[in-house]
Amino acid sequence: MARLNLWRWAVLGLAALYFLVPLGASVVFSVDVNDEVTFDAYSRIVATGGFVSSLVLALELAAATIALVLLLLVPATVALRLGAPRLRPVVEVVCSLPLVVPPIAFVAGISTVLKWGPDYLSRTPLFQTIVAIQNPDFPFVLVLAYVVMALPFAYRALDAGLRAVDVPTLVEAARSCGASPAQALLRAVLPNLRGALLNASFLTLALVLGEYTVAHLLGYQPFAVWIVDISGSQAQMSVAVSVLSLLVTWVLLLALAALSGRRAPSRSVSQGMTTP
Amino acid sequence: MTDALTRAGTATAAPSKRRRRAPGWLAVAPLLVVTAIAFGIPALAMLNGAFTVKDQATGATSYSISNLTGSLQGAYLTALLGSVKLSALSAAISAVLGLFLAQAVVTSRSRALREAVLTASGVLANFGGVPLAFAFVATLGNSGVLTQRLALKDTGWNLYSFSGLTLVYLYFLIPLMVLTITPALEGLRTQWREAAQNNGATHAQYWRHVALPVLGPSLLGGFVLLFGSAFAAYATAAAMVGSSVPLVTLQIADALSGNVLVGQENVALALSLDMVLVAGLVMAVYLPLQRRSVRWLA
Repeated sequence: MARLNLWRWAVLGLAALYFLVPLGASVVFSVDVNDEVTFDAYSRIVATGGFVSSLVLALELAAATIALVLLLLVPATVALRLGAPRLRPVVEVVCSLPLVVPPIAFVAGISTVLKWGPDYLSRTPLFQTIVAIQNPDFPFVLVLAYVVMALPFAYRALDAGLRAVDVPTLVEAARSCGASPAQALLRAVLPNLRGALLNASFLTLALVLGEYTVAHLLGYQPFAVWIVDISGSQAQMSVAVSVLSLLVTWVLLLALAALSGRRAPSRSVSQGMTTP
Repeated sequence: MTDALTRAGTATAAPSKRRRRAPGWLAVAPLLVVTAIAFGIPALAMLNGAFTVKDQATGATSYSISNLTGSLQGAYLTALLGSVKLSALSAAISAVLGLFLAQAVVTSRSRALREAVLTASGVLANFGGVPLAFAFVATLGNSGVLTQRLALKDTGWNLYSFSGLTLVYLYFLIPLMVLTITPALEGLRTQWREAAQNNGATHAQYWRHVALPVLGPSLLGGFVLLFGSAFAAYATAAAMVGSSVPLVTLQIADALSGNVLVGQENVALALSLDMVLVAGLVMAVYLPLQRRSVRWLA
């Protein structure tokens, strides 16, 4: 037994070393200038060109993505519970398909479609649409891409939440008390789904804030792209910003873990396929 | 009173039952329309482009498989194989290390330790992309903290290489494996081990004849999941190594940014199609295995 314990502590110790050293070293790297501790890199962040605009863009994109994801998924998943079971396989397949297409392949497809604008569609009203969704102030095309990429996690989060609620009974009870269908949904079903809605929103938020591939290749500069862009000239600050953005994301995910029960958001297939 | 209530109940229930089918479709339709536009059109465009060849001189287009064959030759083939090699190696290492780590946690009786490791794994498995790359650059890069303190340069260490990238990928793959394999390890009943011991089996025999066969589907499923995750990774590699290590994601990005010969854009789409096929294969292996391993946990 003693030998087994020793073995276990060796495994855990090595794991702790591997997972903690890069984090510690990043902090050291970002505060250490010629062996003196200085928080200069952190204090300069806000004043650096592009920080505020890229962060604001990332947050706006995240807000729009979360809103659209919930607007699309909540009615659909509730309807599946209410008596459209034949649609369930359809929705499940649709929400899992994005897993099979890696983000880089997805963005290759998107940029091909965007090129159709000037190439074939210049005389049609669709051309204006294609121009409009590429507006550099708020590239809606990114929102569309992120909605697709977030679908698998958000669907699973909502579906798991709905499994714990007896939706038909809830709706029937609300209806017998005189509620309209909309009231039943808004005032009886949604409050019971608060955990699942938060879950889906946080996962989407983490995805959008960290997303680099699609934004970079379509030529936009939200937060993750900005960090890479400044890393060439300001290595120390890019590490400092990484440390900060990590802390923010982790606090969000830990809060999610605490809110949704004990265990951390068990990362399903989807995340494994897309995040890095 | 009761009579009125029941009548009201049946009055509302009957039409709502009849109306249910229409709202079902109506509620799902926006989801289907938006995915058809945002996902379907780019996917079809990719498929179409992968098979389209444009004649540079005349501008005429025709369908052929020359992009696909082109994507399986020369530098593209090297990149594809590089990706497969990197993903397979890092997935294999992570599967083994993740199994050890999960086993160490599951067999310890400390509930706090178990919760802490699982929560940390959930967080770390989500840690990919740009910040991960910079954390390792700060640690083991050319002017990284460890590189300088331990004078690793003299030993020939180079983070911006195949082995450096493997080391970085373990950082999100091991936690992913821990999350995937822990339920299966928890499904191993102590009675099975006791039964094996009572029949005179050694520790090694128990693992070879009982534990590993039961864990088999979960282990293999975990491995292909990690493989797919590593195969699709782009941001980490792009932020860290640029394009000094040949990877298929980096090649596609280069081709999309126009860093290659004119007329090669569609090869990027063909490469994307190659990636989709590999990812599809991974899912085709993973899903049945996952279903199979669930049987033991019931």
